[in-house]
Amino acid sequence: MKRRLLLATAAALMALPAATFAQGMDKVKACFIYVGPVGDGGWTFQHDQARKALIEEFGDRVDASTYQESVPEGADAERVLTQMALSGCNIIFATSFGYMDAVNNVAAKFPNVKFEHATGYRRDHANVSTYDARFYEGRAVTGTIAGMMTKSDKIGYIGSYPIPENIQGINAAYLAAKKVNPDVTISVVWAYSWFDPAKEADAARALIEQGVDVILQHTDSTAPLAEAAKTEGVIGFGQASDMAEFKPSPRVASIIDNWAPYYIERVGELLDGTYEQGATWAGIAGGEVQIGEITDAVPADVKAEAEKVRDAIASGELHPFTGPLNKQDGTEWLADGETPDDADLAGMNFFVEGITGQIPN
Amino acid sequence: MDIGGINFVTLLSTLIVASVPILLAALGELVVEKSGTLNLGVEGMMIVGAVTGFVAAVSTGNPFLGFVAGAAAGAAMAGIFAVLTQVLLANQVASGLALTLFGLGLSSLIGQGWNGIRPPVTGDVPLGPLAEIPVLGPIVFSHDWMVYLSFAMVFAIGWYLKSTRGGLILRAVGESHAAAHALGYKVRRIRVLALLFGGAMAGCGGAYVSLVRVPQWTDGITSGAGWIALAIVVFASWKPWRVLLGAWLFGGISVLQLNLQAAGSRIPVEYLSMSPYVITILVLVLISSGRGRTMGAPADLGRTFHTSQ
Repeated sequence: MKRRLLLATAAALMALPAATFAQGMDKVKACFIYVGPVGDGGWTFQHDQARKALIEEFGDRVDASTYQESVPEGADAERVLTQMALSGCNIIFATSFGYMDAVNNVAAKFPNVKFEHATGYRRDHANVSTYDARFYEGRAVTGTIAGMMTKSDKIGYIGSYPIPENIQGINAAYLAAKKVNPDVTISVVWAYSWFDPAKEADAARALIEQGVDVILQHTDSTAPLAEAAKTEGVIGFGQASDMAEFKPSPRVASIIDNWAPYYIERVGELLDGTYEQGATWAGIAGGEVQIGEITDAVPADVKAEAEKVRDAIASGELHPFTGPLNKQDGTEWLADGETPDDADLAGMNFFVEGITGQIPN
Repeated sequence: MDIGGINFVTLLSTLIVASVPILLAALGELVVEKSGTLNLGVEGMMIVGAVTGFVAAVSTGNPFLGFVAGAAAGAAMAGIFAVLTQVLLANQVASGLALTLFGLGLSSLIGQGWNGIRPPVTGDVPLGPLAEIPVLGPIVFSHDWMVYLSFAMVFAIGWYLKSTRGGLILRAVGESHAAAHALGYKVRRIRVLALLFGGAMAGCGGAYVSLVRVPQWTDGITSGAGWIALAIVVFASWKPWRVLLGAWLFGGISVLQLNLQAAGSRIPVEYLSMSPYVITILVLVLISSGRGRTMGAPADLGRTFHTSQ
């Protein structure tokens, strides 16, 4: 801790890159712990794609062959992380929010191993970094399509857990839809799981029965799209990965998590000795959030509007949360033209005005 | 027909479909338990049936063959259990639990590389004008053939157990294997056959999950349906008709809680999610309070049989 502080201070004072002091590595062993199966076609699939991209990028200089699938968030995660650290992993990517405690517990015992925790916020030790993506930026794009394409003015949203990441997504999607269609309403169903295909399918069905004709999902399987495919006129979006097998409809667009640039950057830094603890939260501009192909099932004007939103967010002209905005209970949140800071976003625990449901506590 | 923002007709129609897997598995387990064996491996047999059925249906492009393969796989799993408990006289509870763990691992192994594939569609039965009848049409006449098969199985099993010689012998074996043995019935053979039937039913239920309800293959796709099936058999006090009721209740409540959320209801969903289990516990309390015989639990359920005893 002290040495690192000294290094950083020295580097800053002398305006020299940290590489001058830090030692690079000849070969890095990168290990991965996944919450779902690599074949989930969503979240874990995308992390595994990034793992493969690492091998492609660095060849013999990286050993990224170690990964463990479907590790429950709890004591099992701690065991797997310890096992990985003991087996000589230099950097471990823990790819689910629920691994947060386990990562920080294990990191304390292995100060020489770097831990990268996806979507977390706790960095208790110098060797824990966090990384996340601004999924809510993607939600603003799919929300725009949802608002313009719904015929019943009812859109549905399958949430996983009532945590800020999900709430940001629901608010962003609703605000974007509302902007293009003032009559739109949103129904939220919580699945209390990141990955439970049977439940996700049932949730989609329940929403469709309520007259919803656009389904947005924050759960990882393709089951809601499979369910949407059974009813004429219902559309949905790929989540985490492209979910291309449901093109051109019901899957009309998708939000893709692209972790490869970040993984390559971090492992590269470890190789050349410039690695520092950090917290990353990149979005559409940084390439971490990508919008998958908008299919021909979407009318040209809707597609153009969605692309406009996407490009405006990428260029920084548009923030999905721009005031004036009120909270659900009517109190003011953002003044005219104001945008929230990252801390405000990261702790979001309320719906915006106009959404009728309650967030379970 | 809207109650609390929920359309009752579509809700009933959905819950009928949602309850098919647990109904099939529970009916199979009912026959197994009636013969005097307790097979706790229902979840394992279901999930192996789910993955085998999925692989078979995708490879052949024929959902019917998928269900046949699922049933065969479930029966094969039950066969392992039968060898363990009827031939080697292993402990039934432990063997059943082991069967579930084995099934979960095996299905995950078989399923490698089958993720993210869409299975062939199991079509609805073309009942034509019947499906157009208001209220009744969508509830009763607009499902796939497995739904009707599961209803038929309720009738068939109820009739078989109650009104046939075979059913009488099966129940006799479950009530008192010593007496049945003394009368010259092949206790072990009858129990093995019941186990194979139960496995086939569980496998079929599993295949329904991966081919119709979700439809895709992922690890752990049955997510506890087998355990619910076991609970339903107890809840139903070993009667086929009540199994149907229990399956609707358990399946219906899981569907209802999602519908309530979608409709924006403010009832905390946790109450609904736990209510079937509360009812099961109450039923279990009733049974264990000495009224077990009237509740219908076979007297020799779970007891190991050997001719030397």
